[in-house]
Amino acid sequence: MIGRTLTIARKELLHIVRDRRTLAVMFLIPIVQLVLLGYAATTDVEHLRTAVLDGDHTPRSRELVEAYRASNYFDIVGYVEDEEALARLVDGGQVRAGLIIPAGYGADVAAGRKADVAFVIDGSDPNVANTVYAASQQVEQAQSMQLIKQRLGVSLEEMTALEVHPRVWYNPAMKSVNFMIPGLIAMVLFTLTVMLTSLAIVREREQGTIEQLMVTPIRPIELIVGKVIPYVFVAFFDVLEVLALGVFWFGVPIHGSLSLLLLLAALSLMTSLGVGIFVSSVTNTQQEAMLMVWMMLLPSIFLAGFFFPIEAMPDFLRAISYLIPLRYMLDVIRGIMLKGVGLKVLAEQVVALAVFGAVIMAFAATRFRKRLE
Amino acid sequence: MNNEQQCVIETHNLVKRFKKVAAVDGLDLSIRRGEIFGLLGPDGAGKTTTIRMLCAIMDPSEGHAQVAGFDTVKEAEEIKKRIGYMAQQFSLYGDLTVLENLTFFADIFQVGRQEREERIARLLKFARLTEFQKRRAAHLSGGMQKKLALACTLIHQPEVIFLDEPTTGVDPVSRREFWDILTELHLQGVTLFVSTPYMDEAERCSRAGLMFEGNIVVCDTPERIKGLVEGELLELRPDRLREASRVIENLPGVLEVQTYGDLLHVFVDGAARCAPIIQDTLSGAGIVVRGLRQTRPRMEEAFISLIRKRTEAG
Repeated sequence: MIGRTLTIARKELLHIVRDRRTLAVMFLIPIVQLVLLGYAATTDVEHLRTAVLDGDHTPRSRELVEAYRASNYFDIVGYVEDEEALARLVDGGQVRAGLIIPAGYGADVAAGRKADVAFVIDGSDPNVANTVYAASQQVEQAQSMQLIKQRLGVSLEEMTALEVHPRVWYNPAMKSVNFMIPGLIAMVLFTLTVMLTSLAIVREREQGTIEQLMVTPIRPIELIVGKVIPYVFVAFFDVLEVLALGVFWFGVPIHGSLSLLLLLAALSLMTSLGVGIFVSSVTNTQQEAMLMVWMMLLPSIFLAGFFFPIEAMPDFLRAISYLIPLRYMLDVIRGIMLKGVGLKVLAEQVVALAVFGAVIMAFAATRFRKRLE
Repeated sequence: MNNEQQCVIETHNLVKRFKKVAAVDGLDLSIRRGEIFGLLGPDGAGKTTTIRMLCAIMDPSEGHAQVAGFDTVKEAEEIKKRIGYMAQQFSLYGDLTVLENLTFFADIFQVGRQEREERIARLLKFARLTEFQKRRAAHLSGGMQKKLALACTLIHQPEVIFLDEPTTGVDPVSRREFWDILTELHLQGVTLFVSTPYMDEAERCSRAGLMFEGNIVVCDTPERIKGLVEGELLELRPDRLREASRVIENLPGVLEVQTYGDLLHVFVDGAARCAPIIQDTLSGAGIVVRGLRQTRPRMEEAFISLIRKRTEAG
C-alpha cells in the first residue's frame, strides 16, 4: 500500500521537476499575487489627486487649502478658475476630488459668520468615495474647531459634552495589506491546490496513461494519495512563501499561534485536495478542468468574503456562502493572524472544514474507479 | 489452470453498447494457453472495446468473459496481476526516461528488488533499448516507443499479453522487428492476444479472428481462413481499372472482383479456363491488360471476400 503510493508520489515529483514552466508558475503565482494584493489592490486611499477652485484668494482660504494638503489624504495638483474647469478635470479623471472656496470665505471667517465651502468627490468607486468623504469631513471638523477656538478663546475639547474615543482593534493602522495577505494564504491553499491537483490527475487521463495504470493492481486510493502528496508540499511551500514575504516585507503581524495556523492550513488542504480530485473525476482534459476551476473560483472569492464583507450580502447569497469552503479558511487564517484567536473561537470553522474535507474526499474517492466508461 | 488444453481467454455472448450502438455484439471466443491470437478487423470493428473488456477495465453490457480463470467483472484485480496490456496509443510517461518508466511499472507491480535489476536488464536487451535507457520516452522513435511499452507490460511476467494495434503507425522494418519479438515471447509460452488492422500480420498468428461490426466473422488458422475463399485467384493490371472491373464482373465463371491498388483480383471457378476468356474480353473492349497471372489468395483477399459475403447475406 505505502510502497505503491510512494512510487506514484516519486513519479509525480519527477513530472513537477521536469516541467520547468509549471514549476515556475507554482512558485511565482503566490509572489505575483502577493505583490498585486500588497501594493495594487489596496483600498487605503492616500494622496488623492485634488484640484482647488479658490474664489477667495485670502490668507484664510490658503490656510484651508493647506489644512487639506497637510492631512496627507489629498495632493493638491492644480488650481482652477471656474467650476467648469473643475468638472473637466474630474470628468477626465485627472483629479478625483475638488475643493471649492467661494469668494467671501475669508471675510465670513473673519466676521465670525458661518463660512461655506464645497467639496466635490468622484463617486464612481464607492470605496474610494467613502474614504475621501470621511477624510474631507475630518479636515473640515478640525478646521472648524480651530476657528471656534480662535473666536471664543477656549478649546472646544474642554467644552464637549460627549466624546467618542475609537479604538481600532487587530489592525490599528487599518492597513489593507494586513487584511489581504492572510486572505491570500487562504487563496493559495484553495485555488492553487485545487488547480494543481485536478490538472495533475486529469493529465493522466488526457495522455491515456490512466488506462495503463488501470490495468495494474494499483488501488485507486494509492493512486490518488500518491498523486496529491507532492502538491501538499507545494501548497505548504507556497503558504510559507507568502507568510514569510508578508511578515518580513509587508510587516504583516501574526498575532496568533504559527503552529495552529499551519495545522489548520493542513486541515484546509484536505478540502482543496478533495475538490481538486473531484474536478479531475468529472473532466477529461486539462482545459475542461481549468475551466471548471475558474468557474468555481470567482464565486468562491466573492462569496467567501475575500474582498467584501459577507454581512453586507443579501440573505440568499449569505446562505450560499456557508457552502463555500474558502469562507472558513479565510475566517481561520484571518482570525489567527489578525486577531490572534485560538481553537476555542474558531471551533465552528474548524468543524466545518473537517466535515467539508471528509465529505469531499470520500465523495471524490468513490467517483474514482478503475473502469473506463 | 495449468492444464495446457484449458482456455486462457473465454467469452460468452459478450456485448458492449455505447448509447444505442453495439461496439461488440455477442462475441464468443476461446483462446488456448500459449496461442498467439490475432484479432483482425478494420477500424471501428470493436477490437479495442473487446480488449478493454478482456483487460477488465471496461464492464460488458451483457455476457461475461474469463481471463486466466477469473471473471472480468467480479475478479478484475486478480486478472490484472496476471496480464499485460499495451494500449493502442502511447501511454507511458514521455517526460520519464526509458529506465524510469520500466522502474515505475516494476514498482507498481511490486517486483522484488533482486529480480528487478536482472529483469529490467533482460527486457532492455530484449527490446533492443539498452543503449537508450537514459533517454526520455518522448524522444524515442515511434517503433522504440512501442518496444518500450511492450517491455513495460512484460515487467511482471504476465501469463497473457493483450496488444492493441501494436504496429499501427510503425515503419515496416520496426514492424517486422516487433513481430520477431512477439514470436520470441510466443516461443517462451506466453499467450498473446494481438489486434491489428493489417491482414498480413495474421500470417504470424497461430489463429486469427476476423472481426467486423462487433462480431467475429471467422476464426481459424490463417491457412484455413484462406482456404475458405471459393475458387482460384487471378491478378491482372488493366489500364482502365473501373471499366475492366465492370466488364469482368458479368463473365461466366467469375465469382468476385476486388480492386487492389491498380490491380484487379478476380476470383474464378477455374483459373486455367477463365484466364483466356478474361484476356479476350478485355482486349475486345479495347482495354490493355498487363501481367495476368494466377496467385494464391492472401488474408487480405480472404477477409474482403468473407466480409462481402456477410454483408450481402444481410
